[in-house]
Amino acid sequence: MVEVQFRFREDEAVNDPAVTVDAFAAQTNATAVRIEPGDDARDLLPHLDRLSLVEVSFPAWTDGRGYSSARILREAGYKGEMRAVGDLVIDMLHHLKRCGFDAFAPDKALNDQDARTAFDRWENVYQATAVDGRPAIWAKRHG
Amino acid sequence: MYKYDEYDQQMVDTRVAEFRDQVRRRLAGDLTEDQFKPLRLQNGLYLQLHAYMLRVAVPYGTLNSAQMTLLGDIADKYDRGYGHFTTRQNIQYNWIKLEDTPDILAELAKVEMHAIQTSGNCIRNISSDQYAGAAAEEIVDPRPYAELLRQWSSFHPEFLVLPRKFKIAVIASETDRAAMRLHDIGIKMVKNDAGEIGAQFYAGGGMGRTPMIAPLIRDFVPLDQLITYAEACLRVYNRYGRRDNKYKARIKILVHELGRDEYVRQVEEEFAHLLTQPIEPPLAELERIKTHFTDPGFEAGASDDLDLTDPDFRLWVERNTHAHKQAGYVIATVSLKPVGGIPGDASADQIRLMAQLAKDYSFDELRVTHAQNIVFPHVKKADLYTVWQALDAAGLATANLDTVGDIIACPGLDYCALANARSIPVAQKISERFGSAERQAEIGELKLKISGCINACGHHHAGHIGILGVDKKGLENYQLLLGGSEGADTSLGQITGPGFTEDGVVDAIEKATEVYLANKQGEERFLDTYRRIGMAPFKEAIYG
Repeated sequence: MVEVQFRFREDEAVNDPAVTVDAFAAQTNATAVRIEPGDDARDLLPHLDRLSLVEVSFPAWTDGRGYSSARILREAGYKGEMRAVGDLVIDMLHHLKRCGFDAFAPDKALNDQDARTAFDRWENVYQATAVDGRPAIWAKRHG
Repeated sequence: MYKYDEYDQQMVDTRVAEFRDQVRRRLAGDLTEDQFKPLRLQNGLYLQLHAYMLRVAVPYGTLNSAQMTLLGDIADKYDRGYGHFTTRQNIQYNWIKLEDTPDILAELAKVEMHAIQTSGNCIRNISSDQYAGAAAEEIVDPRPYAELLRQWSSFHPEFLVLPRKFKIAVIASETDRAAMRLHDIGIKMVKNDAGEIGAQFYAGGGMGRTPMIAPLIRDFVPLDQLITYAEACLRVYNRYGRRDNKYKARIKILVHELGRDEYVRQVEEEFAHLLTQPIEPPLAELERIKTHFTDPGFEAGASDDLDLTDPDFRLWVERNTHAHKQAGYVIATVSLKPVGGIPGDASADQIRLMAQLAKDYSFDELRVTHAQNIVFPHVKKADLYTVWQALDAAGLATANLDTVGDIIACPGLDYCALANARSIPVAQKISERFGSAERQAEIGELKLKISGCINACGHHHAGHIGILGVDKKGLENYQLLLGGSEGADTSLGQITGPGFTEDGVVDAIEKATEVYLANKQGEERFLDTYRRIGMAPFKEAIYG
């Protein structure tokens, strides 16, 4: 069980064991799922109402498929915890958060202060992701 | 040209602070080299054979003179007194110290420049037509669209760790000067039957070890869906592009393996979904950006007369200038390919001189071309002789644009950690062999491109004549290709046969030009003759 080092949610942490995407469809009582890089996040769309935890696995931080998986689920209306798990680096935390992650469980604990600086580094952003609630610079320019 | 507002400035300043922090953590040992590498690459910092190399972005190749001046000053202060202009319209410095890089980036930020995403597996600097805003035949100026895409792609959170690098070009002319269909995404701005401007998208082109010409994937994307459509293209690639083999990870392989139709189907599905998400910038943003690209204050009724009595000037005018949309003006290209020189290199003094000339005679604007030359986009014909004299005095008036001497070459084994063979000495020998202006004029347009390995940074597949350096049992060996093109008639060159030594390949090129001159009909260029008569006569002359 990896430890959640950063969490940006008010609700109680979910600790249900996460099952694979394949198993999730069959196990109707499961509430937590783990998405691997090759999984299609859209397979979960019929089951969003019973999901309370999505773990997205990053075996290597340079594999960026998990960013799309998270954003796709958020775009579809998933409101539960979205946890990035695995090889997380400080410099990508901000971008993970922008794609809808709100919990972070790195394999190896990150320097707390450096990580908090990284989360808050970018005061403005060029794009709307539609899932992080942040207005893009173009929206501010024409607000 | 585009001017930063407070937001743009804040973004580059924040990036400098972030990078300074990364370098601090690296030097303190908090980051290993393995962890640091992908981070520094996203700031254009490579570790080469002898030193760090820093690649500075020149968005869509457009610069003002203050920026160009600083590029010269950086060459003096942090490098060995020169810079190297690249095939992605950027500039790179080959002798950089890691600990200096945060300060260099801070200096760049002061003149609205950066090195963001000039390397790494992310969306790279957007390239464009070097004659944008000046060429007579363009439909619109492509740069506002390129700038919109620059902003969208800068720190796009979903697309920072793609399967592989991703290159986008935007053009708006029938004449393709940006090798648009050899990009991961090529965009051509077009006008539809209703007179509306939109974007035609091509995807899956590229050079490298598996060269591909991008197929058309959408005929017309309306301007108020441009970013959403680009996002759909990227998302499909990010999710399904191969990650098991870096040599098969570019989007061209995905498009090829899925087939163009299936890729299009997936993009359209994603596009339909993303249109439901509020991610598209308002058209007002495009309009705002466009106000930065209005025509400079051309003098109405400027004279079209040119005094061509100086024969050297006449030769340069004939070879290195292009028609301007405004009467009395001309587009002038400064060749960075002197005989025996290193293609794309310029000294700090030369860089500053070009900056000053642009300030005095080209409305403060310069362009970098993907052929590694510099353009003054708006020169009054009445000033052209003065400009030429100043260039000539600085060794910058070589009259060889698009001729056999105007060679594109990658840095090769002299600098690059990936190279198998040297490119620069081959380029130097070819330019010396064909050094006489009369000979270059006789041969006419002949685009020659050299890569020192199969990664094809020197675009050898797209050269009328291409040279590929390979390692053959520990010896540098050069393969010869004929018949490539990067223009509107994009084609890939074919290998002539067995490779050559360094001197042997220069001889082979000479024989190829002799075959051309002997068979040329009318106004045919080398490429036209090759296409008409085919490979056989060339092969016979070269190997016979």
